[in-house]
Amino acid sequence: MSASTNSVAWVRTRSEPALPPPLFSRGAIAWARAHLFSSLVSSLLTILMLVLALWLIPPLIEWATVKAIWSAPDGALCRTHQDGACWAFIAHKFNYLRYGSYPVAERWRVDLTEISGAVLIGWLLWPGAPRRDIGAGLFFLVFPIVAFILLSGWESLGLPHVDTLLWGGVFVTLVTALVGIVFSLPLGVMLALGRRSHLPIVRLASVIFIEFVRGVPFITVLFMANNMLPLFLPAGWEPDRFARPLVGIALFSAAYMAEEVRGGLQSLSRGQYEGAMALGLHYRNMMRLVVLPQALVLVIPGIVNNFIGLFKDTTLVAIVGVNDFLATMDNATKDTIWSGPTIQPTGYAFAALFYFVFCYAMSRYSANMERRLGRGRRR
Amino acid sequence: MADGVNAIEFVGVHKWYGAFHVLRNINLEVRLGERIVVCGPSGSGKSTLIRCVNRLEEHQRGTIRVEGVELTADLKRIDEVRREVGMVFQQFNLFPHLTIIENCTLAPIWVRKMPRREAENVAMEFLARVKIPEQAHKYPGQLSGGQQQRVAIARALCMSPKIMLFDEPTSSLDPEMVKEVLDTMTSLAEDGMTMIVVTHEMGFARQIADRVVFMDQGEIVEINAPEQFFGAPKHERTKAFLSQILR
Repeated sequence: MSASTNSVAWVRTRSEPALPPPLFSRGAIAWARAHLFSSLVSSLLTILMLVLALWLIPPLIEWATVKAIWSAPDGALCRTHQDGACWAFIAHKFNYLRYGSYPVAERWRVDLTEISGAVLIGWLLWPGAPRRDIGAGLFFLVFPIVAFILLSGWESLGLPHVDTLLWGGVFVTLVTALVGIVFSLPLGVMLALGRRSHLPIVRLASVIFIEFVRGVPFITVLFMANNMLPLFLPAGWEPDRFARPLVGIALFSAAYMAEEVRGGLQSLSRGQYEGAMALGLHYRNMMRLVVLPQALVLVIPGIVNNFIGLFKDTTLVAIVGVNDFLATMDNATKDTIWSGPTIQPTGYAFAALFYFVFCYAMSRYSANMERRLGRGRRR
Repeated sequence: MADGVNAIEFVGVHKWYGAFHVLRNINLEVRLGERIVVCGPSGSGKSTLIRCVNRLEEHQRGTIRVEGVELTADLKRIDEVRREVGMVFQQFNLFPHLTIIENCTLAPIWVRKMPRREAENVAMEFLARVKIPEQAHKYPGQLSGGQQQRVAIARALCMSPKIMLFDEPTSSLDPEMVKEVLDTMTSLAEDGMTMIVVTHEMGFARQIADRVVFMDQGEIVEINAPEQFFGAPKHERTKAFLSQILR
């Protein structure tokens, strides 16, 4: 055949059959050879990593399981077994870690809030769920009011008032993160649109806000929210000491969100705007129906990255006196009944696990969303 | 619109991009039902010209009237004009996050306030007309370029426009897909749609144009019926242009 293609004219007489790939291009051995042992350096690195993993991981698992103390009435047993975690401490403090100093008789209100919140979030995040518009309405409009009444109390409904001073633990972290997430995205979108507005005043205001907030540390924003917010409000209008850092976290996160969203807006081609305008869509509908759905999908990784950052930054509200989960854990480790060398490592390991589970779940969900929403875009 | 009103009128229109004078004293009247083909070398201002009709570009001097409505900075008038003027772009500009049928029903639902069911029926009608009703529930990215451009035409038609603008609709298509798009446009022309088409497809111009407008360096150089335009061009620049593109 090759001889004949050297001549000027050549015509195919029979089709080339489709053949299976060569044997060594697939399978586990081929994969390992290609990816783990492709060169001397790569082989050395592979072996080094294996050794490192074998050296680090088994002792950690041993510490957390075999050698750990799973139940004990107080810290005495843990003090004698210092080579293992003291999970008994976590079990004993579990309710304190969840609710902080929230009155025991009223804790069902926290449970109810958490369960209804979880159901609504599940409803919203599950792509195939029916009537997600109702879910969204309940979550964004009804749930905040109900949650506020439940958590903070309403005397005339027979729910005694529980001061935010008593709030603490996991549910404070969840409330903080949720308020931050729910407010920062719409605020961020508005700021991003404002920054690209044709109206100079709107643009200037957005730029000043974004650049100012991005230019100061989060702790500064928290201090400002704590000390300066009351100055902007009418006299005698004392904002709650838990509400202040919530405002701070939402505003701080919004500035970062705005920059993410702006990146998405800028990456859309002008043709999308022109296509929408030529059809007669107004600015609001063009943004809502054509531009934002695409821009936001493009920046899902960045948005979720911000959410994850925000979730971890909630630990900083402890500085302005809010007992979030980490602060509660810190308090718990100071209990003299349990004091011992393994208490703090155990407590912080558990806290790390808690934050990791939430952050990793967000990360996985976003990867999933990207795949699902990216389907139509593939060319 | 009353009879005798021109579909589109340009009276002494000028436009600048910064200091660059891109449209120079444009005077053109397009009658209802007329098919105009605009051609000329790249950078001659032909795209800018038709983009002024639905104010994707703003002109700085002169008057443009569309169906008797003068285009000014008044947003209400711009909306009024855009509702009546459909546009097809070189890059299709379909919305990739929406299915074909959603692309077609978006504007009827949100601009014309048409009930969804009715908008879908209208959309299916036009998708059948451009011969791709079976693609209605796919996404633009799953279609070939020619199919996407036909969807773009159907999407514009769903707004039942009185005027259609085509901005080099076949320029980014593979050669084997040009014909299906031109066929669609030809059938539209045969139905009496008022059309302004910017194109390099001279065969198409010869076949459907009532008049051919030749632009160069921001000005209209020659306007003529296709037989005269291609058979006996008057202006030197027209002759030079035609000798370059017709071999």
